[in-house]
Amino acid sequence: MVGIPTAIASPLFLLKRTVRALPSAARARRRVVDAMFQIGNQSVVFIAVTLAFLGLILVYQGAFQAQKVLPDLTQVGRFFIGTMIRTFGPTIVALMLATRVGAGIAAELGSMTVTDQIEAMKVTNTDPIEYLVVPRFLATLIMMVVLWVFGVLVAIAAGTLMGTLRFDIQLRTFLSLAGTAPKDVWVGVFKCLAFGTAIPILAADSGFRATGGSEGVGWATTRAVVNASFVVIMLDFLISTLAYLAGW
Amino acid sequence: MSETMQPELAAPGNPPRAGFLADVGRAILAACAVVGGMSVLQVRILRSTFARGAFDYDETVRQLFKVGVRSVGVVVATATFVGALMVISSGNFVKGTGATSIVGWAAGTAIFSEVGPVLIGLMFSGRVGANNTAELGTMVVTNQVDALRVLGIDPIAYLVVPRFLAMIVMLVLLTCIGDIFALAGGAVACSALLGIDMRVYWQGVLESRLVDEFVMGLVKAFFFGGGIAIVSCHWGLGVTGGARGVGRAVNHSVVTAAIAIFVVNFFVTVLWTW
Repeated sequence: MVGIPTAIASPLFLLKRTVRALPSAARARRRVVDAMFQIGNQSVVFIAVTLAFLGLILVYQGAFQAQKVLPDLTQVGRFFIGTMIRTFGPTIVALMLATRVGAGIAAELGSMTVTDQIEAMKVTNTDPIEYLVVPRFLATLIMMVVLWVFGVLVAIAAGTLMGTLRFDIQLRTFLSLAGTAPKDVWVGVFKCLAFGTAIPILAADSGFRATGGSEGVGWATTRAVVNASFVVIMLDFLISTLAYLAGW
Repeated sequence: MSETMQPELAAPGNPPRAGFLADVGRAILAACAVVGGMSVLQVRILRSTFARGAFDYDETVRQLFKVGVRSVGVVVATATFVGALMVISSGNFVKGTGATSIVGWAAGTAIFSEVGPVLIGLMFSGRVGANNTAELGTMVVTNQVDALRVLGIDPIAYLVVPRFLAMIVMLVLLTCIGDIFALAGGAVACSALLGIDMRVYWQGVLESRLVDEFVMGLVKAFFFGGGIAIVSCHWGLGVTGGARGVGRAVNHSVVTAAIAIFVVNFFVTVLWTW
């Protein structure tokens, strides 16, 4: 078992080294684009399915609960779209990325670590951070924002279907941005950037710390999912609190 | 080594690209194989569970302990933050309208019926489900499952059924614990950040009579637990190809479990409130 100090210090140290190695990405744009393609390609269907069901259930519950209090469903759409952009969109997309991409990075780097491929790279004077972590880091950061936009759109589409077909809300009333202020979008973007930084770093760190054969890779993958998901929730809480206190 | 960064279709050894229809067909066949495999596993689990003396009692107790102890920390921590998060998210609305009395009702309803079970289920899947796939996968690649068969021990009855039962029982219990911690986290956020007296919040929670929502959350946890067990055992027992295969199986396992959680969540809510 790794003690708490290592669990916190090790990812922070990796983050520092990754940020310092960032300029090297200018020479390896091709690898960044490849990683972006891979991340987007492997999670687009996954995010579409989960966020569609999230949109359906949020509108269903929202309208169902609103009906109990007062029979006015005109507010459901604007609240749904506002919270989707600010709260649920970033959080759930990030949890899904932590699951899909975080586990993927940890499995990949973990199996490279236990088969000594990382050591081999060091021997041939290739920096594993520069070669393996930086492209994945940048790709996850960019794709987090892209997939947030995509996921929110899918959820709104699914929610609109539920609202108009099941609860007979007018399409125009439902698709209203009256509950969305520019600051909500900024809070969402800021959350995405924070999550997009945390997920690849935690996953890569847990992959690099894998030891001992296939069991170690399994452990590393598990640890990546749990740590990344937990940190996403924690960062979400911190950013939401700061945004609220700042009057956003 | 650079092959790890290449898209899968370009990897050597994969069949050449045969067009859109072939891709769709391959994806559908793969999905059918997963769903079919999991259905067969489900039937075999149920048959072993209800056959007298067919599953291992001691192993079930061991699994209950392992599953519960392993995940209680992360579930409690996540739930507390999520509860606080739900209250803060309603902060701007409450400040705008001055409707302080609805915070307790809103947080209670959201936590009990949707947010609690789903997020606790997702964390449980990451902690216990992924771990289970890794454990079973390692047993498969080191031929331990075959060794069980040679000894005349049914791997389903010995390995899978105890995990299935343990996950259902523990996820239901953890959801109870998590709900309480989420409400407590919400209470702290309510008084510390929103400046609303905690008593108003608790009164709102208690007066809304959320027994129905609470029970629905537990029903969800029951199905999530069973679903996570089937998904994680399916991918764990199907591992091929060493360390890399185990990592990939864990990845598939958590992804399938997350999809299952969202889909099951939707249908339980809709059927419950029909």
